[in-house]
Amino acid sequence: MSVIALPQELSTVAGAPMSYWRTVAWRLSRDRATLVAGALLLVIALSAMLAPWIAPYDPSAGSIRLRLAPVGTPSHVLGTDEQGRDMLSRLLWGGRMTLVAGLTPVVVAFLVGTVLGVMAGYAGGLVNTLVMRTMDIFYAFPAVLLAIAISGALGPGLPNTLISLSIVFIPRVVRVAESATVQVKGLEYVAAAKASGASVWQILRHHLLANILGPVLVFASTQVSLSIILAAGLSFLGLGVTPPSAEWGLMLNTLRQSIYVNAVVPALPGLAIFVTSMAFNLVSDGLRDAMEIRA
Amino acid sequence: MWGYVGRRLLLAIPTLLGASIIVFAMVHLAPGDPISAILPVDASKEQIEDTKRAYGFDKPLPVQYLKWLGRVVQGDLGKSIATRRAVILDVRDSLANSLVLAVSSSLLAFGAGIALGLLAAFHQSRALDKLASAIAVIGVSVPHYWAGIILIIIFSVQLNWLPAMGASSDGGLVGYLRHMALPTIALALIPLGVIARVTRSAALDILNQEFVLALRAKGLARARVFKHVVKNAAPQIITVLGLQFGFQLGGSVLVEAVFSWPGTGYLLNLAIFQRDMPVLQGVILVLATFFVLLNLLVDVLQTYIDPRIARH
Repeated sequence: MSVIALPQELSTVAGAPMSYWRTVAWRLSRDRATLVAGALLLVIALSAMLAPWIAPYDPSAGSIRLRLAPVGTPSHVLGTDEQGRDMLSRLLWGGRMTLVAGLTPVVVAFLVGTVLGVMAGYAGGLVNTLVMRTMDIFYAFPAVLLAIAISGALGPGLPNTLISLSIVFIPRVVRVAESATVQVKGLEYVAAAKASGASVWQILRHHLLANILGPVLVFASTQVSLSIILAAGLSFLGLGVTPPSAEWGLMLNTLRQSIYVNAVVPALPGLAIFVTSMAFNLVSDGLRDAMEIRA
Repeated sequence: MWGYVGRRLLLAIPTLLGASIIVFAMVHLAPGDPISAILPVDASKEQIEDTKRAYGFDKPLPVQYLKWLGRVVQGDLGKSIATRRAVILDVRDSLANSLVLAVSSSLLAFGAGIALGLLAAFHQSRALDKLASAIAVIGVSVPHYWAGIILIIIFSVQLNWLPAMGASSDGGLVGYLRHMALPTIALALIPLGVIARVTRSAALDILNQEFVLALRAKGLARARVFKHVVKNAAPQIITVLGLQFGFQLGGSVLVEAVFSWPGTGYLLNLAIFQRDMPVLQGVILVLATFFVLLNLLVDVLQTYIDPRIARH
């Protein structure tokens, strides 16, 4: 699945040989799309983190008189929602929720999936068959369907969203980690380490993990955008974050009824999801290219 | 070849069984008593007892599962709590509508995606390549439910050209097609991006191989070189097409919810909010079966095109 670029295969840049990570950094510094997307992500993350301090209004305090104020209203730059709540404040607060709901499952999947995948790949045999065939079962469902099915059975709420999305992403990470492990395990230096009496732990730590973590991490980063879209999608269906919390998918859902009154404001939460998801995609693409990983 | 098909079919059975266990377990995942998840709130005592016996809720879980599986294999997915109709009938009706949407959006996405991907590959690092790559990134990044709402805002609310909701009530074929238009476009966006990306990279891989250089060196016309490249990139592209078609069928829940399109996704959404567990299970089981069989078909088709793949 993923071909690992080993340090010795790397070309030397500008004459002098460079370390792998310096080469990666050098490549990233020349990739304008990735840099712009990375900066954008930084802004999004910062504004979500700083929401309590920079949001101009209380995100849950509305005013009946000011419902669906258009974008550009002097006191409400991005307008107000169907309950007269300030859109800018809700978007800032909503970003916190959406980012937590989208990032957590990928982090969980990265941790659990790497452990399972390395275990299956290194142990081989029965353990491998057992783990990998179990993961195959989850591939019987398209991601969206699996997420909605589990959330639907568990009921609404942020914790259930996190559980269902983690279940969606774990099998994917396991597959990548397993195939990378099998690939590295077959390399000569692992055999050499074994022959020189290295313990299983030493081999796992120094030879396997050190070489597969990069590719698995990059793969996980490619899944963040999907995770965010799905997390917001679950809230959009009423299965994720519950009102009155501000969350982009949920905001999109409640504002949907208002498109006949104001066409611009209801589109904003979705635009936020779109921009965030695209920034994550561009950054993970850039990382993959810079690290010479083919997924 | 047939040996391979047989082997793949056999391999699909444990996957399907595993999927059925997950679907079965969903009733037990649901908060509360599984009986209350299956029966309406106002069920009589006799009904509860009957159901308990029929489902074998007094028996251990593995026995319950086997009994349930036995009925499912015979096409009995139970009765809907909300409509009291056999689940299989509800699923069948909605599946037809979902299939229509899956086919139309796939055709749109496949055509446009392949064209875009090939254009980008053959015009490397030119403006066209940049444009195609941009469209591909947008396609995989856009939340399709939001795209659906934007389409409604533009084409229904502002321009008043196309209907925003439902399938056609009357108005015949034209009405049906008009209702189909917006959900089709919304659903086509993701596969369009994915296919454009895969086609581009598959074609580039082939273009960079030595035999292409040889073909060019011997003076073969551009169109003939193009043909060779497409032919060699085809297996990789076809795999993705098959998978994407499966995603279209199972992944349309959100888009169907936006457009109130009466397909499986809409049914699933309805079932979730009415806590109609039999329908929820039925829809998911049928869709998963479709998906597994489709993947199987893709594998077989791929092997047929490129027999080297069957080696393992």
